[in-house]
Amino acid sequence: MSSDLAFDLAVDLPMIWAAIIAIAVMMYVIMDGFDLGIGALFPFARSQADQDRMIATVAPFWDGNETWLVLGGGGLMVAFPLAYAIIMPALYLPVIGMLLALIFRGVAFEFRALARRKRGWSIAFAAGSLVASFAQGVVLGGLVQGIAVENGAFAGGTFDWLTPFSVLCGLGVIAGYGLLGATWLVMKTDGELAQWARRRALWLFAAVLVFMAAVSLWTPLAFPRIAERWFTLPNFYFLWPVPTLTGLIALAGWWGLNKGREVLPFLSAIALFLFGYLGLAISLFPYLVPPSIDIWQAAASPASQTFMLAGTVVMLPIIIGYTVLVYWLFRGKVREGAGYH
Amino acid sequence: MDLDPVMLARLQFAFTISFHIIFPSFTIGLSAYIATLEVLWVTRGDDRYKRISRFWTRIFAVSFAMGVVSGIVLSYQFGTNWSRFTVATSNVIGPLIGYEVLTAFFLEATFLSILLFGGDRVPPWLHAFSAIAVALGTAMSSFWILSANSWMHTPAGYVMRDGIAYPQDWFAIIFNPSFPYRLAHMLNAAYLTTGFAVLAVGARYLLAGRFSEEARTMTRMALGLLVVLAPLQLFLGDQHGLNTLEHQPIKVAAMEAHWERGPADFEIFAWPDEQAEVNRYALSIPKAGSLILTHSVDGVVPGLKDVPAADRPPVKTVFFAFRIMLAIGFFMIGAALYGAWLWWRGRLFATRWYLRVMAQCWWIGFVAVIAGWVTTESGRQPWIVYGIMRTADATSPVLATSIAATLTLFVLVYGVVFGAGAYYINRLIHRGPDAALVQSGDKAKGPLGVEHVV
Repeated sequence: MSSDLAFDLAVDLPMIWAAIIAIAVMMYVIMDGFDLGIGALFPFARSQADQDRMIATVAPFWDGNETWLVLGGGGLMVAFPLAYAIIMPALYLPVIGMLLALIFRGVAFEFRALARRKRGWSIAFAAGSLVASFAQGVVLGGLVQGIAVENGAFAGGTFDWLTPFSVLCGLGVIAGYGLLGATWLVMKTDGELAQWARRRALWLFAAVLVFMAAVSLWTPLAFPRIAERWFTLPNFYFLWPVPTLTGLIALAGWWGLNKGREVLPFLSAIALFLFGYLGLAISLFPYLVPPSIDIWQAAASPASQTFMLAGTVVMLPIIIGYTVLVYWLFRGKVREGAGYH
Repeated sequence: MDLDPVMLARLQFAFTISFHIIFPSFTIGLSAYIATLEVLWVTRGDDRYKRISRFWTRIFAVSFAMGVVSGIVLSYQFGTNWSRFTVATSNVIGPLIGYEVLTAFFLEATFLSILLFGGDRVPPWLHAFSAIAVALGTAMSSFWILSANSWMHTPAGYVMRDGIAYPQDWFAIIFNPSFPYRLAHMLNAAYLTTGFAVLAVGARYLLAGRFSEEARTMTRMALGLLVVLAPLQLFLGDQHGLNTLEHQPIKVAAMEAHWERGPADFEIFAWPDEQAEVNRYALSIPKAGSLILTHSVDGVVPGLKDVPAADRPPVKTVFFAFRIMLAIGFFMIGAALYGAWLWWRGRLFATRWYLRVMAQCWWIGFVAVIAGWVTTESGRQPWIVYGIMRTADATSPVLATSIAATLTLFVLVYGVVFGAGAYYINRLIHRGPDAALVQSGDKAKGPLGVEHVV
């Protein structure tokens, strides 16, 4: 406002920023999702050689993938500081739990390659991935079910986030990341490992659908604001394709797995996430901290959002450009015994 | 339960950020060194550079992974520990951190993959370019995060309305008064830290008679850099100190444990007594404090008593941390100059006592960096943003017991993870540069075969 950099107020900056952060979080969920999912599948791997190959498929990507988490968290702080300042204290324990778990699994990539006995770091990688996935689901559940706010600050209890619903979300995210990981392996490996991943993916597809159905039924039943969003007219006319398409995508993935397709299952898993994500966005919008703080209340000053937007518009395409470069460089299947280390 | 949530939140943040800073202070310098080696290899074609680059890249990967995971923690602690600070200042410093993510983090993470795993998939020039991109990323990261940190010391370019800061002039915010000094001082500190680590590894191999070709190159390159940068750091530190004197006089008073406004001695050692507001057991150089700070023997130096006790930083912490940094800084200058003299006389590789001392000095830069940060951050207290917001008013509404529990977990996890990291780095150093990694090289060049352990 006082800055001449500020956009004309006719431009709805908080809407633009909500979209950018939604995209960043979605990128994170899909990209770190498949490498966290590899960790969730790790304990079930048939041999250490398989584990080596599984980790080799994600080694060049995990660091860049995880950076989207910093962009999501950092972006929330930049664009919606009030939401960030309420959500972090409210979800203090699951957020710190996730960070500690990410430490273990992050260093395990390097340490496992260097250790004489890999078992300890394999356990750290698997446990860290599982705890981080679960904690992310709990954070999501804790957000969807709502946060107690008074005078613009978190005003609830230490364990408000811990409910059957948030635990359900935690388990659902583990299954979802497991599915992304398994279908990634179908695409990036061959031979018996790919067959093994294909069988796991079928089970995980079923599990994910159960969790998605459970959350889709639970949220409107437990939270009237969400029921109102979906089941009042005319909203329902616009929104019914979302669950319908989700079901069709799941069918396509299932068919692809059974028909021996290599890429389709992974794409279906991603699409399943996109639609689940879209469903949540529809349920929550325009609230960042349901049920009280919306994107306009939480927004940083227009001058701050404008200044940051200028950099984002320039940098985001560049970032996506070299991210594509790395995925292209390390394209193709990782064969037996062909790690990058 | 009489746990103080402010103290616990500070302890937790101090612990996680002190641990984190160890890795950037190494990786900022090391990435620049690796980029230099890669460019030398591409332009001169001498495989020795490639072997040294490969060797340090493995160590870089381990350090960088630890830096990434400990850094992600920090980006969330702004909210978990300091939510009221976030609400009050995010309009101003939020975008600076946002720009760090956009311009640095993705660049580093992505091109590190090519540097680490792309050796046989990309042409040498792209590999060298990736090394440069990673080095550039670490430097840009320092730029933005130090700008944000400096704004907390010397806020500028903003207006306060209802306890919330609003940006007015982005140029003034980014290039706030202490930023250029802090950036120069810290980047140089990172290069010095890496220089002494590389020198220590070179000296270790020379003493053991291993990898002597690589060891000589490392030692010469490190020493050549240190002989310039160590004295330069004295100048940069002095300039930074003068800037602090102008903008945060009470911090300087605490650094010198100077109680009464007026001409100052320089205390080589003292035990500042904050109750009695005097120094005990002082060993001082008369007038030297004034001479250093005002460049005149009678110059007036601000005293701690200029402000009420509630507005003073913890004097002992600031005073001793500053002296530790200073002592290491002077040792670095001496070590670098003496090493350069030995080199000039042609006795560097034969002076075993010097190599023995240097082989033990890999850690001095890290300690100096942490001591310097303790000086400047404790010296800012009791303010989180100097003159605007007190640390006690910045905390999150989180129970002290939650903070205590997670602090304990952080100590345990960091102890295990970073203990293991140090162990693996030491093993990589023990293993040494690996001749077999360079496919095209002339493997008969150095005495490598004997020591070659994979």
